[in-house]
Amino acid sequence: MKTTVYSAKNIVTMNAQKPDASHVAVRDGRILAVGSSDEVATWGPYELDEQFADKVLFPGLVEGHAHTMEGTLWRYVYCGYFDRMDPSGTTHRGNTSIDAVLEALKAAEAKMDDPDSPLTGWQLDPIYLDNKPVTRAQLDNVSATRPIGVLNASGHILYANSKALELASLLKKGVNHPGIPLGADGLPTGELKGPDAMAPVSVHVGMSGSIADVDERGLRDFARLCVRTGVTTVTDLAAKLDPDSVDMMLRVTGEPSFPACVVPLRFFLGLSPKELVPEVARLKKLSTDRLSLGRIKLVADGSIQGYSARLRWPGYHNGAPNGLWYVTPEQMLELYELALEAGLQIHTHTNGDQATQLAIEKLELALRKHPSNDHRFVLQHCQLADRAQFTRMAALGMSVNLFANHQFYWGDEHYTLTVGPDRALRMNAARTALDCGVPLAVHSDAPITPLGPFFTAWCAVNRLTRSGRVQGEHEKITVDEALWAITMGAAHSLHMDGLVGSIEVGKRADFAVLESDPRAANPEEIKDVEIWGTVQGGRVFAAADV
Amino acid sequence: MSKFGAQCKVDASLPQPMSEPLPVTIIGGYLGAGKTTLVNHLLRTAQGRKLAVMVNEFGALPIDEDLIEAQGDDLISIAGGCVCCTFGSDLSAALIELGKLPVRPDQVVIECSGVAIPSAIAASVTLLEGFAPDGTVVLVDAETIRTAAIDDYIGDTILRQLADADLAVINKADLVDVPTLSALESWLSDTAPRAKTIVSEHSKVPLDIALGLGATPIQSQQMGHADGLFDSIALPCADPLDGEPLAKALTDPKLHITRAKGFFDPIPDGPRKALHIVGHRWDITDSPPNAPLGIVCIGVKGQFERDLIRKTAKEAL
Repeated sequence: MKTTVYSAKNIVTMNAQKPDASHVAVRDGRILAVGSSDEVATWGPYELDEQFADKVLFPGLVEGHAHTMEGTLWRYVYCGYFDRMDPSGTTHRGNTSIDAVLEALKAAEAKMDDPDSPLTGWQLDPIYLDNKPVTRAQLDNVSATRPIGVLNASGHILYANSKALELASLLKKGVNHPGIPLGADGLPTGELKGPDAMAPVSVHVGMSGSIADVDERGLRDFARLCVRTGVTTVTDLAAKLDPDSVDMMLRVTGEPSFPACVVPLRFFLGLSPKELVPEVARLKKLSTDRLSLGRIKLVADGSIQGYSARLRWPGYHNGAPNGLWYVTPEQMLELYELALEAGLQIHTHTNGDQATQLAIEKLELALRKHPSNDHRFVLQHCQLADRAQFTRMAALGMSVNLFANHQFYWGDEHYTLTVGPDRALRMNAARTALDCGVPLAVHSDAPITPLGPFFTAWCAVNRLTRSGRVQGEHEKITVDEALWAITMGAAHSLHMDGLVGSIEVGKRADFAVLESDPRAANPEEIKDVEIWGTVQGGRVFAAADV
Repeated sequence: MSKFGAQCKVDASLPQPMSEPLPVTIIGGYLGAGKTTLVNHLLRTAQGRKLAVMVNEFGALPIDEDLIEAQGDDLISIAGGCVCCTFGSDLSAALIELGKLPVRPDQVVIECSGVAIPSAIAASVTLLEGFAPDGTVVLVDAETIRTAAIDDYIGDTILRQLADADLAVINKADLVDVPTLSALESWLSDTAPRAKTIVSEHSKVPLDIALGLGATPIQSQQMGHADGLFDSIALPCADPLDGEPLAKALTDPKLHITRAKGFFDPIPDGPRKALHIVGHRWDITDSPPNAPLGIVCIGVKGQFERDLIRKTAKEAL
């Protein structure tokens, strides 16, 4: 039984009984002791490791809502507006004009050998580029001979060149689809909105099968991003988890050098509630130390900026019709009842406040049938909830994981276009959630926005929009509260707060290794805390080496 | 979906030449309206037509057990050469897989989820080569629809579904009294303005009404309508004709034509054309080269007047 003791400039434990320490002892991948060198020495002989002597050890960060497929997307050309770090640690410059996007694609095209292979880009967001979609003609300038497809940052729009449309038999007149705008020439412009419009083309632009599922290399690459962002536990929030995918995930996460615990939630579609619940109960038993299975992801509605979220009165600020349901209220109730009965947890995507209301009402009914003291059903995003809803959530024992990053990336658009000033100010109301007693986590929804819990914490603390406006002064939370949300809060939302989220005896030896103490950072600088790497299950991962 | 093809029972005896795009009928309506019952009824009365039924999920076992010949992970084989498969979140991919089956089905039937918007599904179908939407049938639960339609959560979804209907089926009609039924019919004429409304019990909508007359309407008609609730008429179309005015005339609500399909030669000349009518909507497409001339119209017995249809058709030409 080897014991390793790490000394550090400071160890920030997030354990209120002992908030700070200088030494942490690790045995069998778990925390044996935290305290002074004398205190940890009481456990007997140990090997002292001083490599972190000038670092701050912080609990390994927990990202409670991400999608590991970001790892796969990095093999495509980055077309986003903001600077963004890839799994190797290289920061890609943001493309702040359409021309810059096209240049990035051209540069990648010039390096390709096979003249027929597709060129694929991702994370393009025209909302920042004069709000004009990229056209087929623009992409034809990159190449007219190979198929090109560029994914919108939402993942729900694809921009295609003529060759890609031609291969999908869509470069013709008479195409009649609400997701496929036509140009003056009667031919598609190249913009393909929604999964159904994208489907015929995506196979020709290198996106075979489902974009929602990570592949083997992508999973390894995503884990490298985790190390660089201090994350040791990460969710994969809408996984199909078919047998091949589960096998792959078990194998890859089981590799000795795999640096994170992945928590995939089984996406609800494809099985009826009566079959889904036993299937997820079966998956739960396959869990390992680095792959935690056995939770369900349900999607109630769409997105706010896509006008597919379900809103209560007065609806969308620009008059758009109300959004779409992805589940019937009856099926939601049935699934809640069956999962409560089986002791399985459900995370429900609700963006609009009407979807949130429905989830609250149905869970209340289900709990009457299957009372459950600590179910911790989580509403994910839950961006428009008001105080009355948070109050009911608290009463029912629900948790929330708010999309804090949204405020920065699309807050201005929410203010002017989607929901208007009143509701934009209360979006992702972290202050109200905490005041009402709802356990809080905050998330990135990577790849929709970049993985990086300290950035997410910064968003919740400062509530700045991209244009630099504070949106919702009274919904700000403190640095300490935000740091709790990205560690213990997110761990709690996964029923893993007894296992990870703080540096505390008995827990997994998961640390974010930092250059400074984030508690001491100015609120506006918390996103800039430098990250050296992580320790996961007692294994050390330097960002510089992964 | 990888094992899709392997699990299909192969009937190699009748390789069909690739002809018209596969007609896809969309069956919508809210939970409990009778969609699954209708699908089973259609499979039971398929009379040799090979239907490929696509459902959202296998879970509640959508297909009556006595119809099932074999069940795999992704595909159920059903008596009479029919199949049933699931499509989860990716309908387009599932349809593309369906197109690869060793035996080409005659028709595709999509059973929507209770919250799906049928026009969105129909639009997706139009993007796939080899498939063409062939009518949207929306079922209505006669007992509960009026309450459901004003529900805060799902009311607007139900109204959108009805607005997309070509055929609105008032189902479970036996559970309401006559005044309720006629009030419902009048409400539907506003709510589902594009739809021809028909009434049913236990989702017993005749195959020809729900799915049309198949690839060979004249032959289908000659087989008769077993249930006796529906009537039909064949317009011979021996001479070339102008399809558009004919189509417009035949979709006049007065004629009570629920569906029509057939083939004609256009004036002054040109390749043979197919005419499709569902409810109040029509479409003229290319025809397989040797399709037999003639257009068959069907409708509810009693409302449907052969003479008026013949007269109207004649005047339109």
